[in-house]
Amino acid sequence: MRYESVLDLIGDTPLVGIHALSPHPGVRIYAKLEGQNPGGSSKDRIALRMVEAAENDGRLRPGDTILEPSSGNTGIGLALVARMRGYRLRVVMPENVSVERRQLLEIFGAEVTLSPPEEGSNGAIRLAESIAADDPALVMLFQYGNAANPLAHYEGTGPEIWRDCPDVDCFVAGLGTSGTLMGVGRYLKERNPAVRIVAVEPPSGELVQGLRSLDDGFVPPVFDPALLDRKLIARPRESVEWTRRLLDECGIFAGISSGAAVYGAVRMAEQMESGTVVTLLPDGGWKYLSSGAWTDDLDVVVERATRINYW
Amino acid sequence: MVEVRLPTLLRPHADGAASVGVEGSSVAEVLADLTRRHPGLEGQILDPAGTLHKFVNVYVNDDDVRYLDALDTKVSEGDVVSILPAVAGG
Repeated sequence: MRYESVLDLIGDTPLVGIHALSPHPGVRIYAKLEGQNPGGSSKDRIALRMVEAAENDGRLRPGDTILEPSSGNTGIGLALVARMRGYRLRVVMPENVSVERRQLLEIFGAEVTLSPPEEGSNGAIRLAESIAADDPALVMLFQYGNAANPLAHYEGTGPEIWRDCPDVDCFVAGLGTSGTLMGVGRYLKERNPAVRIVAVEPPSGELVQGLRSLDDGFVPPVFDPALLDRKLIARPRESVEWTRRLLDECGIFAGISSGAAVYGAVRMAEQMESGTVVTLLPDGGWKYLSSGAWTDDLDVVVERATRINYW
Repeated sequence: MVEVRLPTLLRPHADGAASVGVEGSSVAEVLADLTRRHPGLEGQILDPAGTLHKFVNVYVNDDDVRYLDALDTKVSEGDVVSILPAVAGG
């Protein structure tokens, strides 16, 4: 295959069987490998789409600076797109993300502003909002409230899954901004209303200890709870265990949130006698090597995972 | 008995407890018994209309009750009910 720009490599990721992890022989599980995107995660899709939408409606002009709160992958995707399209980028990121996420942002030329680790992504959002209020020249794309985020999945990820696996009975993905679940969920339910859409999330509210009151909570404006059929917690231990099993039994080197998604897919498969579950692995394992996820003692890694923001 | 796990920010309203043993066969009963034992939690988990606070997620074991039967979700002996604030990712 031949491409004229690295941005043309975004999307059209492979769907790969991970049936070895299925608890029932009659249930097949497929994983969509979003780590194959050029910036290394599913967020490349929304980065490109949000930039194009802002260019088209005139909010973003050559030489502008984009500001975005992100725990990592959206920032990295935006850094790639911004570099190719001639924008500057400033990312507001919780201080406790993996060192590789910061390194990648810096390599791509983004400016990184750190937010208090104990406030998690909620704190990064608040800090970005206050920076944007002080400097109206900054263009905040705001993945949590930008319709181009779910749209990238409604027009890309969803149709790809349907094309490659029209027999899908259940789709399982991590919940962060909810863009993946909203876009893919809406598309699949339009094609087949019986498809179940299942969200997996880390127990972030346990890990983010710096919230002063429940009013500091945050629900992304793009999130429509009516599109979900179920929402499950995947704890750090389960997430790391399934990240390891993905490597050991399927040869797939994926990030820790991928382990969480696979855990959710297996939980759903346990309740089925036959059928097909599709899950989405947001990124590869490269950015988590420093966590020791594959090499160190499980208890040590799990304890570490409760202190780093891997979502 | 059912174990209720509280997030850091609610513990000051429950004498610092991270986890409280309560009685009840539904989420509504569990939350009512929790509030009876720790009246400081009144108004923290449910809004004035008696539904779950917008930024609170309640789980029975690992399942968010909003996608089960909400406050009517059944709870059995030995279940763990976790209360967590809504937090973003991405």
